[in-house]
Amino acid sequence: MSVEKLIGLGIVVICVALVFLFSILKRPGTSLRTIPAVQKLRRAIGLAVEDGKRIHVSLGNANVLEPQGASALVGLSVLERLAEVSTVSDKPPVATSGEGSLALLSQDSLRSVYRESNQLEQYNQHLGRLAGPTSFSYIAGSLPVIKDEEVYTNVLIGHFGPEAGLMCEEAERTNGFSLAASDSLPAQAVFFAAAQEPLIGEELFALPAYLQSSPMHQASVRAQDVVRGVLIGVLVLGGLARLVLAFLGTGF
Amino acid sequence: MKAPVSTAVAIAVGLIVLLGFFVPIALLGNLRDVLLGWAAVVAGVAGLIGIINLVSSHWNKVFKAEKRDGYSLVVLLAFFATLAAGLWLTPAHPDFQKVVTAIQVPVETSLLALLAFSLAYASLRLLQRRKDLMSVVFVISAILFLFLFSGVLPLAGTIFGFLERLTLAGARGILLGVAAGSVMTGVRILLGADRPYSG
Repeated sequence: MSVEKLIGLGIVVICVALVFLFSILKRPGTSLRTIPAVQKLRRAIGLAVEDGKRIHVSLGNANVLEPQGASALVGLSVLERLAEVSTVSDKPPVATSGEGSLALLSQDSLRSVYRESNQLEQYNQHLGRLAGPTSFSYIAGSLPVIKDEEVYTNVLIGHFGPEAGLMCEEAERTNGFSLAASDSLPAQAVFFAAAQEPLIGEELFALPAYLQSSPMHQASVRAQDVVRGVLIGVLVLGGLARLVLAFLGTGF
Repeated sequence: MKAPVSTAVAIAVGLIVLLGFFVPIALLGNLRDVLLGWAAVVAGVAGLIGIINLVSSHWNKVFKAEKRDGYSLVVLLAFFATLAAGLWLTPAHPDFQKVVTAIQVPVETSLLALLAFSLAYASLRLLQRRKDLMSVVFVISAILFLFLFSGVLPLAGTIFGFLERLTLAGARGILLGVAAGSVMTGVRILLGADRPYSG
């Protein structure tokens, strides 16, 4: 086994151990750090349900078989949770995606939520739809959903290109709310400017934990913070070591 | 637990693929390749079903909805024309590619131009919407980097090239956070805490 693979396996094992450790050691009264965007999302969901408006979840165009699929899987978890809290609304939530397998998974998530809440007759397959198979056609197909389907709350979560800024702009034009998060750097930069509430970096992956307060989810966010802290420590120490060795004239 | 059988299958398959990648055992590696092959086939079929879903969604908008959508009719006509031409000529035919490219490229370029205007306007509106330090830093750095590295000042890129290290460091920091988050998402799915399937 190569050193890289050994380190990779070690990181996965440590992450699993940390999640178990934090779920066992959960102290009462401890809570996750506040993310203002999530609080505003909760308020926007409440407003959409009260006003009989729709929640739109845009899942991006990642292929679930590729590394970017992780952000799409987070999007599906968020979709499931948002569908659970909005089953009482007059308008069911709608999910758009730019990839076929993601569209099927979104249909499956929505269907399971309606089945568990004994409202299967409210579900129809067009609630989870493929808006377009290419990046631009996906955006072009999603804009009419935001504009014409009485959407108030827009949650863009997954892998996007910078063109997703057009969806945030459309949400702004319809006086709706938009929370946007992506694993892609260009999309994050665009969302910071165009979305009402952007999530940066790993906040995207913490969103399911903030919406579902199961011990395992909360533990995974704490473990994520620990891993991030360790990575920062390793980088800083590596940088310092390199600086010292450069001064000593050895280098590495 | 919700859907125990499908959760068990998903966890088992996830573990086999993970161990097949890390542990050099031939059996695990072969199993991993077979499972990934199946996943690729299923994803391909899902893509086809997705296209059928797209067409049926627009079909409903044209023929069944109370408020009929003219744009959906354009989508349907374009789809069936492209499908017919693709079947007749094959997608690799130069004429087919020429026609598709001649339509797709200008449309996508127009959308990009629209995006440039939207982003410029959104950046101006940002300071009205979020009056915080990060927004000010964002706008100042966007203007500064555009000014220095757009080629307007001939030597600015060389003199102030060290500034690009700031963006590189920031980008790497964000990407490391994203990587840690991706690993945690995988761990949650492996442990059955997240189930993006109903079973």
